[in-house]
Amino acid sequence: MPKPYMRKMPATWWLTKRAYFWFMMRELTAVFVGAYCVLLLVLVWKLKQGSPAFGPVMDWLQTPWSIGFHFIALVAALYHALTWFALLPKVIVIRVGEEKLPPILLVGAHWLLWAIVTAGLVWIVFFK
Amino acid sequence: MAKSTGETIWWSLFAAGGVVAALLIPALILTTGLLLPFVDIGAIPNVKSPGFVGLFALAFSVIGKLLLTVAISLPLFHCAHRIVHTSKDLGLHAAHTLIAVLFYGGAIVGTGFAVWVIWLFQPVSS
Amino acid sequence: MNETIQLEIFRYHPDKDSEPSFQTFEVPYREDWVVLDAINWIKDNVDGSLTYRWSCRMGVCGSCGMMVNGTPKLSCAAFLKNYLPGPIRVEPLNNFPVERDLVIVLDSFMEKLQSVKPYLIRQPGQEKPISEGEYRQSPAELAKYKQFSMCINCMLCYAACPVMGLDPEFLGPAAIALGMRYNLDSRDQAKSDRMEVIASHEAIWQCTFVGECSVVCPKNVDPAGAIQQAKFQSMLNLLMPWSK
Repeated sequence: MPKPYMRKMPATWWLTKRAYFWFMMRELTAVFVGAYCVLLLVLVWKLKQGSPAFGPVMDWLQTPWSIGFHFIALVAALYHALTWFALLPKVIVIRVGEEKLPPILLVGAHWLLWAIVTAGLVWIVFFK
Repeated sequence: MAKSTGETIWWSLFAAGGVVAALLIPALILTTGLLLPFVDIGAIPNVKSPGFVGLFALAFSVIGKLLLTVAISLPLFHCAHRIVHTSKDLGLHAAHTLIAVLFYGGAIVGTGFAVWVIWLFQPVSS
Repeated sequence: MNETIQLEIFRYHPDKDSEPSFQTFEVPYREDWVVLDAINWIKDNVDGSLTYRWSCRMGVCGSCGMMVNGTPKLSCAAFLKNYLPGPIRVEPLNNFPVERDLVIVLDSFMEKLQSVKPYLIRQPGQEKPISEGEYRQSPAELAKYKQFSMCINCMLCYAACPVMGLDPEFLGPAAIALGMRYNLDSRDQAKSDRMEVIASHEAIWQCTFVGECSVVCPKNVDPAGAIQQAKFQSMLNLLMPWSK
């Protein structure tokens, strides 16, 4: 009885190809985004507790550790947004008759929305 | 059929969370983690810090509460789903159930805590 | 000017070998040759025991899929000139058991294709009698599923998919795209039956949208798109069950 040969996929499969590597990087953004959400939750909690509780939070935000973490988290969140918007046209197909809506419209609309939200938040917090 | 309904729910939360994470989270990281600390020490000219009072008013306005609830809860589910699936990709297949309970459970607990803090919690002294 | 190019080919004989090995062949280099030409030359002139699948040699039959320098390709579509100066590593498609040399066992693939009921199904009493003529379909209705109908079952997508490598039970890109091809066909009436297979635990929910399946597809079927659309459809079915 001839026996077929089974090749095992190595645990380092995602290091063998550029596309796989960037896929894993995209997935790992979830670690930083999730960590930030937990941080945001703590921030909001301390804010609600009042000024004495919030003071140490503000102090911590000014430490190099915090700045460093937020910088990395921002890069991760932006890479998530970049890949998320780029893949949207594959998930949501909008047809007009026989033709598909050009993907760039869906992607562009989301980046526009992103820009409005970002500018809006910065303006409301610091300039209003 | 029941199993696939569960999968649909987790994926729907993942998808909604992904949209929120993409649109809101970069702005929030920038504001709270990168701009606020520098503005607060006066490092950026012509930009005033909202201070505790300003931040409190913004965060716990009706719109602020809604945005914060959505911005904390949905991305937590998104990240949980991604982490659970990625753990399988990284070969942690045996611990899959444990990781799922840990992270999906964490997202549920986080959501519950967020709702309590934002909508229900009244500090004794402000 | 290159006179020859080297191919390192995966060899495995189930009765003689316990482990596979690589055999290097020096093959004439021709500007217009593809990997399949080189392999055919080897079989005709050097080693007649080299075993592989091929047929149309023009990218429509889906028989000659293999790994060329680590990427799933149709060997009839992989030009030697794109791999200069060589050597070119030729292996059987990833994520499948190897029968012999470059031939993989594809029984599981066949079963997966069949499991999505890849044929038009009419509900009882809804079959049109011949006298009433054909089922008519507008160009817009055709456009909805046409892309997913272009699959030649070459299995390059299965070789490219890391989920397939981690979980051989995964239904896979081609089977899911095939299921969607029928679900989106206006003449079909078995969408919910197929969604039971497509939206089951071992199907679309295992996919993490790596997207490599669509990248390697020689026919631009975009199976990754089909799978994500199935996930989205599943969500819509849950939120709005009346719209099914």
